[in-house]
Amino acid sequence: MNKPEKTAGVAPEASKVLNESGIEVKPLYTAADVEASGGYSMVGLPGEYPFTRGIHRLMYRKQPWTMRQYAGFGNPRDTNKRFKYLIANGQTGLNVAFDLPTQIGLDSDDPLAVGEVGRVGMSIDTLRDFEIAFDGIDLEKITVSLTVNGSAAILIAMYLAMAEKRGYDVKKLRGTAQNDILKEYVGRGTWIFPVAPSVRLVGDTIEYCAAHAPKYSPVSVCGYHIRESGATPVQEMAYAFSIAKAYADEVLRRGLSVDEFAGRLSYNFNIFGNIFEQVAKFRAGRGLWAKIMKEQYNAQQPGSMWLRMIAGGGGGGLTFEQPENNIVRGAYYALISALSGAQTMALCSYDEAYTIPTEYSARISLRTMQILADEMGLTETVDPLAGSFYVETMTNQMRAEMVKEMAATDAAGGIVKLISEGRVQARVSAQAYQHQRDLESGKFPKIGVNRQRMEEEEEHPVEFHPYNEEDARTQVANLDRTKAERDAAATANALRRVAADAAAGVNLMPAIVEAVKAYASVGEITKEMVQVFGRFNEPIRF
Amino acid sequence: MSRPIKVLLAKPGLDGHDQGAKIVARALMDAGMEVIYTGLRQTPEAVASMSLQEDVDVISLSSMAGSHLPFCRTLKPLLEANGLTDKLWLIGGNLPKQDHQALRDLGFTGIFPTGARLDDIVAFIREQVK
Repeated sequence: MNKPEKTAGVAPEASKVLNESGIEVKPLYTAADVEASGGYSMVGLPGEYPFTRGIHRLMYRKQPWTMRQYAGFGNPRDTNKRFKYLIANGQTGLNVAFDLPTQIGLDSDDPLAVGEVGRVGMSIDTLRDFEIAFDGIDLEKITVSLTVNGSAAILIAMYLAMAEKRGYDVKKLRGTAQNDILKEYVGRGTWIFPVAPSVRLVGDTIEYCAAHAPKYSPVSVCGYHIRESGATPVQEMAYAFSIAKAYADEVLRRGLSVDEFAGRLSYNFNIFGNIFEQVAKFRAGRGLWAKIMKEQYNAQQPGSMWLRMIAGGGGGGLTFEQPENNIVRGAYYALISALSGAQTMALCSYDEAYTIPTEYSARISLRTMQILADEMGLTETVDPLAGSFYVETMTNQMRAEMVKEMAATDAAGGIVKLISEGRVQARVSAQAYQHQRDLESGKFPKIGVNRQRMEEEEEHPVEFHPYNEEDARTQVANLDRTKAERDAAATANALRRVAADAAAGVNLMPAIVEAVKAYASVGEITKEMVQVFGRFNEPIRF
Repeated sequence: MSRPIKVLLAKPGLDGHDQGAKIVARALMDAGMEVIYTGLRQTPEAVASMSLQEDVDVISLSSMAGSHLPFCRTLKPLLEANGLTDKLWLIGGNLPKQDHQALRDLGFTGIFPTGARLDDIVAFIREQVK
């Protein structure tokens, strides 16, 4: 049954409205609200500190956002084909999905990988697979983002080795790895090692890339998945900043200066929700991050203060019910991202609550972004909502709330401690539970779920992505062949060095790079590290 | 007084999406049930042995990443071998409609795909576990 909740016609002052971050939304904003919330001191100009209005002076006028749909499935050959399809349709970056065994450091022939090889992403065992996956793709024109965390150090090493082998100058190579392990303990769950050695590994990748691949972004800190796990928009930003600070502190302890690495830190945020709250979230976050880097870390280079981000996805806002409505939601989410000055955008496709997107649904997502860029005027003027009494007030208020959240995290012992003990997890999952109750009661409106619900859902035009057991067998056969063909002594030596360096506490990246070049597999390298580091033991806390 | 209904809630396979499982765990606890949530990455063997050791009334799985059928095919004979066929077997998550019959045939009486309501899950368990 529909339960229409009457909102139109009710005097707005009669009911107090809170946004998802818990901040009151007024029926009308005036200059007095901006003043009362802190005024215009953090607004400034695009390309200038504190960068609230954008990290570049001309933003999209100079270059539209990078369009980077998440893609990958089956074996490297299947994925290479999808990459080329997306590029042929105007996509300007790649965002690589790996299967779960690859993400948690298991080879395709591992007993635990049965039924999982190539299922939710591309299967990678050795450097050979990377060579196939990126065959024929110009790595200077198309930047590649690797969505991998637990095994990120290995996959970054493989990417750099593959590029070097193809003759690219690694010093000039651009690209991004997600490589944000702390959020994996909160949401997404592809951890391998305990927290301390995992943070050390993130530090190793940042330190290594600063020296050897200075244009490469070794970390993309994700508020995204924490939001998907139940965090509010304010918490999404605050937790991400606390996590980024933990990584920065890890690298500073090694003696690097902040300007040697901070310019290559990047972010990944979510875009579902209230349009104005979201835009304010990003503007607030941009100013706050710049302030943190300048005042707390004494950064000198503007690039070190930039909040560079992919703002995309929006899966948490999409619905299983009436999936075509997700096309419309995706368009609004993309609008949010464009109004927020994102460097890169990706959209969850309308069928993504069901399956891996088809070529057709992935193309609709891509076209959604292209229509915004080419037809709707979103690239013409920088930060177009600036000066709105509402947006400026909300930007100030959300920034203040983020500061409070971060202070509370520090007061409770810091983000690493809170995550290790499962306390962030418990907090956001309690919120997710309340949100689910609010969805089911209709308190939180959702079209197709608690409003305009169809008693009989129509047969949806969703085509399920097939899973091919044969592909998994081919992948295992390819791994066997690579193992038979490689220089066994070189591989064994390289793997011994991984174990030795892990135990010695030195930067592991040189050893991992040597191992991947010797065609050691993801699983073999991970095993050496597990011997030294052990495995994460998940805290269960409600 | 009879003991509360005891539920094992497991995350099978390698899938790391545990938000749904944790939401259901809270709903069952709120409804007065005792919930043993396993955490991520449980093998079929682990699910069977925990179900036996904990003497649960309900064995439930939350699967979001598509490997539900291969997992349940391996799990079924293990549950049978451990004499757990009289327990209620449930599965929830991202379960395409075309797989529901196969899951039922494997012994999963309760199938709660994305979009299922918490109260319906609670009511189903109360009705089935007498």
